[in-house]
Amino acid sequence: MDAAIATSAGGGERPPRKREVNEEKVRQSEIAISLVLRIGVSVAVALVMAGLGLTFARHPGYAHLSGSSYHPLTRLGAKFPHTIGQLGHALAIGDGRGLIGLGLVVLIATPVLRVAVAVLTFAYEKDPPMTIVTLFVLAVLVGSFFVGGA
Amino acid sequence: MLDGIIRMYVQYGVTPLVFVVVLLAISVLAGVLGSLVGLGGGVVVVPVLTLLFHIDIRLAIGASIVSVIATSSGAAATYVRERMTNLRAGMFLEIATTTGAVSGAYLTTVFPARALFILFGVVLSYSAFAIYHKRHATAVLTTSDDRIANYFDLHGSYYDEAEKQEISYKVTGTKVGLAMMYVAGMVSALLGIGSGALKVPAMDLAMHLPMKVSTATSNFMIGVTAAASAGFYFARGQIDPIIAAPVAVGVLGGAMLGSRVLGKITNTSVRIIFVVVLVVVAIEMLQRGVL
Repeated sequence: MDAAIATSAGGGERPPRKREVNEEKVRQSEIAISLVLRIGVSVAVALVMAGLGLTFARHPGYAHLSGSSYHPLTRLGAKFPHTIGQLGHALAIGDGRGLIGLGLVVLIATPVLRVAVAVLTFAYEKDPPMTIVTLFVLAVLVGSFFVGGA
Repeated sequence: MLDGIIRMYVQYGVTPLVFVVVLLAISVLAGVLGSLVGLGGGVVVVPVLTLLFHIDIRLAIGASIVSVIATSSGAAATYVRERMTNLRAGMFLEIATTTGAVSGAYLTTVFPARALFILFGVVLSYSAFAIYHKRHATAVLTTSDDRIANYFDLHGSYYDEAEKQEISYKVTGTKVGLAMMYVAGMVSALLGIGSGALKVPAMDLAMHLPMKVSTATSNFMIGVTAAASAGFYFARGQIDPIIAAPVAVGVLGGAMLGSRVLGKITNTSVRIIFVVVLVVVAIEMLQRGVL
């Protein structure tokens, strides 16, 4: 594979290969991004499973093998928390669906957090072009939340 | 008649516990498949929810968005650590997917969804054909005169467990790739589906990334594209916790399993699995556009 890299050196004007200079920093960045994803996902799963358990504990009828139907819970118009206020209220009264909602919010926030961490790691690698690229992606992403929420 | 009985049973005989357990099992499969081919698993989740459980399409799409983010984050944690994902190319191309998603949200009112489903179906059919055609191709580029790729240093290398060697590759066709990613972002906002089906061909066909790197990088990117619209779906009440909980947990588990497999299978196998999934999605899209 060294041969491949050598032949590519002739391919037009190109900046010095930053990655070869700070291979160690790049590796640390990869591990940081992987860790953010892993933590986000673990917290989300723990919250969702706890919420699911709580929902079944509070409604013993749900856990039977007959006599009740999933349908009222999953049809359009079924009541469940879907705004920050409702989520807070559901959590305050110990509704399992509030906990599931919180877990889902963590899950949705994980990719956004991943982009934010990437901005930091590219800055750490002293790579201005990629720092600007990820900063732009983060700005569009955060902006879309405001546009969508409005 | 029989269909009516099954429907009665499904609606009145299935308790919440049975629903959650069955959906969890199906979601594990969706996660394994999604993590291998770089799609979100919505391909599996949406038809199961609408056809088997008769759940409204709007709630099914909400669950599909959750599935996309779960597949992406679950699998990417492994792919990034194993250096299967091309982080730089992925983040660079996100410029196009996120701006595409934002413009798509504005265009929803202008384009008829039907026409889009048909267009998307046709594009996917073509991609399936093109990828099938080059299914045995293994050669990677060793030089690239693509100025953008060189400036941002988007080239990469990964260790291929199936071939037992480190493979270095060069990236080309950045402009075409960006254009396809922009369309992919738009499509996912307009149709409410993950757009890995367009992202993988953009990287495999236009930019010459190895197939496995393409699916791993697509996996990495789809979470961000989906997150751009997930907040909106959540606030509108399309993400039902009783549906989303088993989907999120099952898909995450499946994605973690699947991400351990990708390294070990060949690029040709990944292409063939991808083509099969693509054909199914294309049929689903054409059907939604025509019916």
